[in-house]
Amino acid sequence: MKYKHTTLALMLAAAGLATGAAHAQEKVTIGFITDMSSLYSDVEGKGGATAIQMAIDDFGGKALGQPIELLTADHQNKADIAASKAREWIDTQGATMIFGGTNSGTALATAKVAQEKKRVYINNGAASSALTNEQCSPYTMHYAYDTVALAKGTGGAVVDTGGKTWFFLTSDYAFGHALEKDTSTVVEAKGGKIVGAVRHPLNASDFSSFLLQAQNSKAQILGLANAGGDTINAIKAAKEFGIDKTMKVAGLLVFLSDIHSLGLKNVGGLLHTTSWYWDKDDASRKFANAYFAKMKRMPTDVQAADYSATMTYLKAVAAVKSTDADKVMEYMKKTPINDFYAKNGVLRPDGRMVHDMYLVEAKQPADSKKPWDYLKIVKTMPGESVFTTKAESKCALWK
Amino acid sequence: MEFFGISLPGLLSQLLLGLVNGSFYAILSLGLAVIFGLLNVINFAHGALFMMGAVITWMAMNYFGINYWVMLVVAPLIVGVFGVVIERLLLRWIYKLDHLYGLLLTLGLTLLVEGVFRSVYGVSGLGYDTPDLLSGGTNLGFMFLPNYRAWVVVASITVCMLTWFVIEKTKLGAYLRAGTENPRLVEAFGVNVPVMITLTYAFGAALAAFAGVLSAPVYQVSPLMGQNLIIVVFAVVVIGGMGSIMGSILTGLGLGVVEGFTKVFYPEASSTVVFVIMVVVLLIRPAGLFGKEN
Repeated sequence: MKYKHTTLALMLAAAGLATGAAHAQEKVTIGFITDMSSLYSDVEGKGGATAIQMAIDDFGGKALGQPIELLTADHQNKADIAASKAREWIDTQGATMIFGGTNSGTALATAKVAQEKKRVYINNGAASSALTNEQCSPYTMHYAYDTVALAKGTGGAVVDTGGKTWFFLTSDYAFGHALEKDTSTVVEAKGGKIVGAVRHPLNASDFSSFLLQAQNSKAQILGLANAGGDTINAIKAAKEFGIDKTMKVAGLLVFLSDIHSLGLKNVGGLLHTTSWYWDKDDASRKFANAYFAKMKRMPTDVQAADYSATMTYLKAVAAVKSTDADKVMEYMKKTPINDFYAKNGVLRPDGRMVHDMYLVEAKQPADSKKPWDYLKIVKTMPGESVFTTKAESKCALWK
Repeated sequence: MEFFGISLPGLLSQLLLGLVNGSFYAILSLGLAVIFGLLNVINFAHGALFMMGAVITWMAMNYFGINYWVMLVVAPLIVGVFGVVIERLLLRWIYKLDHLYGLLLTLGLTLLVEGVFRSVYGVSGLGYDTPDLLSGGTNLGFMFLPNYRAWVVVASITVCMLTWFVIEKTKLGAYLRAGTENPRLVEAFGVNVPVMITLTYAFGAALAAFAGVLSAPVYQVSPLMGQNLIIVVFAVVVIGGMGSIMGSILTGLGLGVVEGFTKVFYPEASSTVVFVIMVVVLLIRPAGLFGKEN
């Protein structure tokens, strides 16, 4: 009997040592890779890194007894750079979580690396719904929005107000294709019709040719299935060529930074869907003002989500006392997310974080009372009504 | 009437839009051709100089209330002076080296200049309104043409033709061309070749800035606007033939039109069609369409 007790004690001690050793290695390292210099860099970019660092600082700068490290890189909108950087961080820097950024092409490639290496993968900026649908992974948390939610939000609202015939101006890569496809599904389900689409190269500077083609289609609605600099240039040219007089422009993915750049006199009245707006409530304003103090700009919804997602991850690591991706994901999937960004947010088995989305309208210049006072919330859309449903999902993890 | 499923008015409007873009290509490739002709430098900074022209125009309007028409003259002058500084301080040391060094140096300059503007203004761009005189548009029957776009074509073709005239038909131009062929001999005749070289670079820079001012109301004024154009413009110069003045003007306009049609028939290829043409031209005429084979 005595012998048994000793063995047990020894085993416990060994286990204790083992966990101690594991703890010593368990430093939280976040690898954040996004477009830091090109057309999407105002949407997330350095501001995203700042938001993540703010979350780390507000968390106390330490997790599991060690300082939290943040690595950042610019993927230049190239999927191969994003994937190889993630691999390098995991293999040589011990990254415990990969934070992917804007550009769905890079996101899909990086999520695969994270899955292979069993690391938590969080993404806010990339919109392709494939991240949690056909290509879903047990380690992915798609946090802010996706093409399905944008399609159901903006597409649904526009068809409901009479916009039945659509022409798409689509960015020619994973994201644009997904947004066009998801919006078409919504429009057709509601009795609308797609009369045509033109696919333009990413980062195109001149949109006039494409816009004339759209105008010749005689469609009522010009659906912009692009983002960032492309959306900005398309809206500007639509104004110049008087397209906005014969067609109504629907921006399917519009960011606060786009509105700021174009100015309300060019985009007043533009209906779109967002996952968050800085002037939404007191808690949001508090974060926004802290961010503004650092960046001299109000945060986009992506940047706010960057803060929120980082905090969610760090809390999970602290709760399970481990950086083990399986444990962290399990905890995040069973714990509702409540902060300034999400109310009762739920991380589903397919990796989608479901939370309220907002149908918003850009204000007319006369209604804007203060700097960055750009949006009016038209409708709060419950997450269940806009994100992919279980019946629609093709994700093998959610059956 | 229809061609391959596209109506004639549709084609006409695309032709016109192609000419507008071609005007930018023409004026930028002209500057590159002039600089390469005399300095033998592949000026990668051309896109950055173009961007500076636009950003300076925006700054003048927003900080000092100086209007577009003034800046059409002033911005090229400012950027021209910047060109003098670049040439005197940096470029003159590397003329004896391989072309690659000039390319690397000017590429480095581009990254620096773009980086500075990007950190100050971000990439989404700054809006610049069309000057009142040219706002609105004309209904041509087959399309609605914004007046400003028509002005872009007229202004750039005028400037291109003036440049061509000066270089090909005047005494100053004769010195320039002689300097390109044999600088030592020209110097022996009492012409100050180093000053001529400096002024040529400044002139090329000013041309880029002029295109920048023209483009300010068309595109968002953004630190990246030059990056998007410069690679295409290099292809234009290669297709037209390095150092050929008229060649670069005609090629610029022509490729703008080809690109415009590609946007109708196969939009996905519109950003690559110029390079496909470049490959074909290089295979058939290595010196370019208008270049002289040695």
